[in-house]
Amino acid sequence: MFIPHSPEETESLLRELGLVSLEDLFSHIDKELLNSSFNLPTPKSEEEIRTFFKEIAQHNRDLIYFTGAGSYDRIIPSALEYLISRGEFLTPYTPYQAEASQGTLQAIFEYQTLICELTAMEVANASMYDGASALAEAVLMGRNIRKSAEGKILLSEGINPLYKQTVKTYLTNSAHQIEEIKVSPEGITDLSLLEDYLKKERVDIFVVQYPNFFGFIEPLKDIGDIVHKYGTIFIVVADPIALSLLKPPGYFGADIVVGEGQQLGLPMNFGGPYVGFFATREKYIRKLPGRLVGMAQDIEGKRAFTLILQTREQHIRREKATSNICTNQNLMALANLIYLCLLGRKGLQEVALQSLSKAIYLKERLKSLGFEEVFSGKHLWEFPLKKENARKLWDKLLKKGYMLGIPLENLGLKNTLLIAVTEKRTRQEIDNLMEVLGGELD
Amino acid sequence: MELIFETAQKDRRGYSLPPIDVELRKPEDIIPSEYVREELNIPQLSELDVIRHFTKLSQLNYAVDTTMIPLGSCTMKYNPRIGEEIASFSKFKNVHPLSPSESVQGTLRIAYELKELLKELGGFAEVSLQPAAGAQGELLGLLLIRAYHKDRGNSDKKKILIPDSAHGTNPATAKLCGFDVVTVKSDTNGELSWEDFLKKLDDEVAALMITNPNTLGIFERNIKRMAEKLHEKDALLYMDGANFNALVGIAKPGEWGVDVMHFNLHKTFATPHGGGGPGSGPVGVSEKLKDYLPTPQVEYDGRKYYLNYNIPKSVGRLLAFHGHFSVWIKALVYILMCGNEIDNVAKYAVLNARYLKYLLKGIFRDPYPQSPCMHEFVLSAVNLLRYKVTAADIAKRLLDYGFYAPTMYFPLVVREALMIEPTETENPDTLKAFAVVMEKIVKEARDNPEILKKSPQKTPVKRIKEAEANRKPIFRFRVEKDGVKAPLA
Repeated sequence: MFIPHSPEETESLLRELGLVSLEDLFSHIDKELLNSSFNLPTPKSEEEIRTFFKEIAQHNRDLIYFTGAGSYDRIIPSALEYLISRGEFLTPYTPYQAEASQGTLQAIFEYQTLICELTAMEVANASMYDGASALAEAVLMGRNIRKSAEGKILLSEGINPLYKQTVKTYLTNSAHQIEEIKVSPEGITDLSLLEDYLKKERVDIFVVQYPNFFGFIEPLKDIGDIVHKYGTIFIVVADPIALSLLKPPGYFGADIVVGEGQQLGLPMNFGGPYVGFFATREKYIRKLPGRLVGMAQDIEGKRAFTLILQTREQHIRREKATSNICTNQNLMALANLIYLCLLGRKGLQEVALQSLSKAIYLKERLKSLGFEEVFSGKHLWEFPLKKENARKLWDKLLKKGYMLGIPLENLGLKNTLLIAVTEKRTRQEIDNLMEVLGGELD
Repeated sequence: MELIFETAQKDRRGYSLPPIDVELRKPEDIIPSEYVREELNIPQLSELDVIRHFTKLSQLNYAVDTTMIPLGSCTMKYNPRIGEEIASFSKFKNVHPLSPSESVQGTLRIAYELKELLKELGGFAEVSLQPAAGAQGELLGLLLIRAYHKDRGNSDKKKILIPDSAHGTNPATAKLCGFDVVTVKSDTNGELSWEDFLKKLDDEVAALMITNPNTLGIFERNIKRMAEKLHEKDALLYMDGANFNALVGIAKPGEWGVDVMHFNLHKTFATPHGGGGPGSGPVGVSEKLKDYLPTPQVEYDGRKYYLNYNIPKSVGRLLAFHGHFSVWIKALVYILMCGNEIDNVAKYAVLNARYLKYLLKGIFRDPYPQSPCMHEFVLSAVNLLRYKVTAADIAKRLLDYGFYAPTMYFPLVVREALMIEPTETENPDTLKAFAVVMEKIVKEARDNPEILKKSPQKTPVKRIKEAEANRKPIFRFRVEKDGVKAPLA
């Protein structure tokens, strides 16, 4: 399939090369290296493929998600899906030849600009694989800024546990110790524990999530004030939709801001491909991992765009590169950009407010059925609630087609569900859920 | 072209949301006052504004859908559209990554079937689908190698041997994993020097990282002997699978003794590159490394598919979730459509490269004339330096003739390198047309090198002043309120 040569063309090419068969192309290689036998099915036609995958798809159950924890079921504009399917965006490669890649390059430049706006930071790169790997790269960059081969990296307990695991994997080789600061009864980083810790020990990096994994709004101002006293690098993992309502980390002196872009126009897709955004201060630009696009001029003075500061990157610097990342998560970053442009400031804020309002509606209804709050802090559309036998209820709801968040028992929070509501959920869906739940509780 | 911020107007609107059907909350009611955002400069545009802007932008790109992209090592082959169709099924797209296994049996089956097919194609004991791209696959590969040696108490093994022709990611990754990089020379055939390899292979070597076919497009014929020598010292063999498209269906690297290899699904298995991502870099391993794979692994117990988190010696995880699922679907579609004729992918990739090289070798210098090329080849434009014409000039001039340019100045072992990979999906007429254009360019270099120096002329912008862009980097636009036209900072 997908090979255009007619038998005559194949034969004529081989003849010109002085060969008889396609196998002759490999005659310089020891037979022993090529004698593999393969257990593969016969080729399928397009229609057979369609039938095959439609059948497989039937084994996925449609669920109504009240679930977040790093991936959210949001409304995606039709125009976005259309635009990123265009072959001119879908099928080029990374823009090595700038003159023939202005579309991709200008889009990245616009993306970088909007990430800077959202986070109130000075420079953003062309994107990373996802939020978790962006955080891991941010920690590596923080380590480079501090020029330290060993020391402490402090994570707030309120960071997504899957992000923490990713950071630990990326730092397997590091002599740095990774430690955690607990959250307070408000569900936010315990500030006195943080300050005590920083007083005692040299800490190179502190990381906090905003709003945090449990949904609560971390007091970035107070945290910023504390960590800056000790010269610690301040990294914030931020929710880009929440940043339409929340004062951005750049206002509080964050050194690096990263986050997951899935919510900005990408389907959940069982976890990928997603896209990580990565923003920092201009003074650290030469430590930045990944691609960066700059505005330039062509020889006639016309505005143009090109990859800049490539001497940070692996294809030039090899083992001295700031990261091993090759390119960016380009199509996903483009989706983020188009999403932001379609929604605009007002749309983005409306998405956030609808999510927030529906979350409060659901929470009040759940509380009326005996669910209790676990922490006392302020949250947006994600929140943990506790109830006896929560796990059993969760299982029962799944059977009825609802995923009411995720159980947090692995984090030591028994009988607790972390619930999220997006603008895509309707009052009707919430009311139906409550009816089913009421039935289960009777 | 205008920036999107320059076309925006206050109060335009390009979205539609359902009306709010619960009590609308205000940010001030919920958010502590010092954390309420006051200003947010995201442009307001109509849907048509956005469609026009991005459609026009897209038209500034060269892409596989519009022209041949002979970027060596990047494998820019045609991306079958059926993959896009299947990946867009709502039953696949609208699945939360933390959904319990029993509700995502279809999704897990896709992951499992792809994993099994990659094991079969690569000859590996196990495959992890998690890495997001080839570079992350390399990272995983080296983390596995590290974990293996640590587990066996091989604390002295801190070196990674890397050929001088290797991709830049190889040394960058080795360094990221705390290894020392030791470079091994290429020989006059363009293969890794057997003598230099033996010389550098000491007890401190943790692994050799090799690309096969290598970045010169030449098959490393000693690969099995290298594996044996490495294994004698309990060192491992990492194979960069960037060029697996030259081997798919004709050889199994696992059978050569390769202990770990990453696949680039976007290269070998024809998933779209998206202008630089998403990729997908699954990693295949030998028995030795199975115990260290990232969590979770997709498994099948004969009745049900499930995610296995119980891997006690696992290196951890590389992403928040499971990897690039929609890319897996497209790769699986491609493999199933090729089926047991997938060897043709490799054969025709090699045929096309061999043929194009045959058409071009008379006009450039062939640095390794005695070594037949596989799926790509490297020529040197050093013969044009006397006209003060460089590889970059040739690349830029190609753009004027409607072709994208080859990879330039890589690998580093060849001066004025042009690394060309036509892929199997280009037809012979296109290859001939490309060769005709190359001949024209070489003639222009001789007769009127100024044309090349001034190229490209027909692209949306002319040659870009790169040095200046780097001296005073402008990496963002300053947006004013609601993104309405604002001057550059």
